[in-house]
Amino acid sequence: MSTASLARGSSNALGAQLKRLVGGQEMILLLCILAIFLIVGSLNPRFIAERNLSSIFLGNAYVAVAAIGMSMVIISGNIDISVGSLIGVLATISGTLAVNGYPIIVAWLAPLLIGVLVTGFMGYLVAYLRMPSIVVSLGMLSILKGGLISVTSGAWISNLPAGYALAQLRPMGVPMPIWFMVGLTILAAWWMRYTAAGRSIYAVGGNAEAALLSGISPRRTVMMVFLIHGLFVGIASVLFATQLAVIQSTVPPNLELTIITASVVGGVSILGGAGTVIGSTLAAVLLAAIGSSLIFINLSPYWLRAVQGALILVTVLADLLRRRRQARRR
Amino acid sequence: MATLDAAAKKQGKGWQPALLRHEVLLAVILVIALIFLAAQTDKFLTTGNLLNQGRLMAEVGLVALPMTLIIVTGGIDLSVGSILGLCAIVLGYSWKNLGVPLPLAMVMALGVGTLAGFANGWFITRVRVPPLIMTLATLAFYRGLAEGISQARSVRGYPDWFFQLGQGDVWGVPTQLWILAVAVVITAVILARTPFGRGLYAIGHNEVGARFSGIPVDRYKLIIYTFSGAMAGLAGVIFVSRVSTTRSDMGTGLELDVIAAVVLGGTSIFGGTGTMLGTVLGFIMIQLLKNGLALTGVKGDATIVVIGIVLILSILLTNFIQRRRSGNE
Repeated sequence: MSTASLARGSSNALGAQLKRLVGGQEMILLLCILAIFLIVGSLNPRFIAERNLSSIFLGNAYVAVAAIGMSMVIISGNIDISVGSLIGVLATISGTLAVNGYPIIVAWLAPLLIGVLVTGFMGYLVAYLRMPSIVVSLGMLSILKGGLISVTSGAWISNLPAGYALAQLRPMGVPMPIWFMVGLTILAAWWMRYTAAGRSIYAVGGNAEAALLSGISPRRTVMMVFLIHGLFVGIASVLFATQLAVIQSTVPPNLELTIITASVVGGVSILGGAGTVIGSTLAAVLLAAIGSSLIFINLSPYWLRAVQGALILVTVLADLLRRRRQARRR
Repeated sequence: MATLDAAAKKQGKGWQPALLRHEVLLAVILVIALIFLAAQTDKFLTTGNLLNQGRLMAEVGLVALPMTLIIVTGGIDLSVGSILGLCAIVLGYSWKNLGVPLPLAMVMALGVGTLAGFANGWFITRVRVPPLIMTLATLAFYRGLAEGISQARSVRGYPDWFFQLGQGDVWGVPTQLWILAVAVVITAVILARTPFGRGLYAIGHNEVGARFSGIPVDRYKLIIYTFSGAMAGLAGVIFVSRVSTTRSDMGTGLELDVIAAVVLGGTSIFGGTGTMLGTVLGFIMIQLLKNGLALTGVKGDATIVVIGIVLILSILLTNFIQRRRSGNE
């Protein structure tokens, strides 16, 4: 986060630069993450033991990866509530291919392709047929979820072949999910900030009319965003499928809400046009830390969803109030 | 106000016959579906089955009525399923764990539903949170409260008189169908025959315009979201009474059925058009679809695939018709 803020602030006065750095959503998230680790860790040292830390980071890297694509979708002024079901379907497809003797590379790449096809279809309906993304993805959610459960009835896929477990590799001593999470976040953040195509997402989400007048095609941009989103969902589902020795062929409960929460809490404005994927990745880590800490401070995990919902509400309200204050100042 | 009436009248010439066509079309499809189902299996066209389907339909129906009002204004309420679950838990928890008398617990459940809807409406109108995001957040929040309060424990053992609401009959017709019928008539009259109803259409057509014509836009919106919460609460109480138990996952996915029914009934997802008659036909269609699929041996999970497809297709169709029409003008 600091690179982006620093690059932006290089011409500004040092004070403004510092203020931006400290006041930014990313810095707030980072401080929150540190605070949780310090407080819960001092209450219960096992919280910051290596085993729990690795389960927080490794087990939730796929959420962060999916939240990158979701952030782009929300910044472009749309939403996709079918993402949890799609991850469930793609993970099942990947595992089924691997178990049935297809080359492992096929099992890894097929979810990416199918993910792009599914979100591309939704993107087409949204961008070219002008259907609201909420209804399109609500329909898609039920098609994917119902389809998955009626085909597999939630069976476990086991006996996955050796070499399939992508998420358990550790190139250069660093676990694969971390490589993906950090690498894709930096790549996406760079692309969204410094390329014309990346900037056009903000333009379309901020004001589609103005974007059109300045020569950006909102339709093509929305279509592009949905296609990229599918790619990230595909990668996320491979990470999800390969992190354990078995895959349960159902939809992970509430996954879409966790991913959307990560995007929104990460500073992606729900009105579109603003936000960064660095924020969404930090927020995914924060959510995972909160979820894990509930157990360590002896609060029932059944409260997790209420905490998530409250977090969305608080960030949305903060975003709206901040915008209103900015508007007043101008 | 006069100009608005004139505008409405002018517009009325354009879309009223078209809407009529949509509902006639829907009614024809409904009759064909009925005949088809009756020919498929002799279990379908029995009084017992039809009344039972009516019983199962009541919860979706009750929630679809305020949802129509909301979608007519161009809004949406995704939190209805979670409000239903929360109210069911409030009912069960306050009766079983807090020792509140059951009638009072029912009132409390309705009160919590109304309050939940009011909170949605308050944030949407006062803080200007988009309805989609507000109700998506409360979809998580209210369900989370239900799970947190209940700790995933179910409540059983309600007294017999309580089941009258969800399992009993009045003059041979399921109790909740009477409630649904009364609610349909009242909301239909409100939407079609009162300044309030006309105001909702105006908001859906052009919110800024409605504001400038002196329609209290915020108050109207607050009322319909509060109404939506209250009806979800009522549906929750009926649900508990129908299945004799309380669980925190009750009403999960309800928003899909409800929105599909409203959209299928011809209410534009972009606001401004739609009728209660259409919605009634819409939720009857959804129930027939479920019943028909179940009778031909399709399981529940495959049913939601079909409802999802129906939802997308019906919006595609209305989009297509609207574009054709605006092309003709």
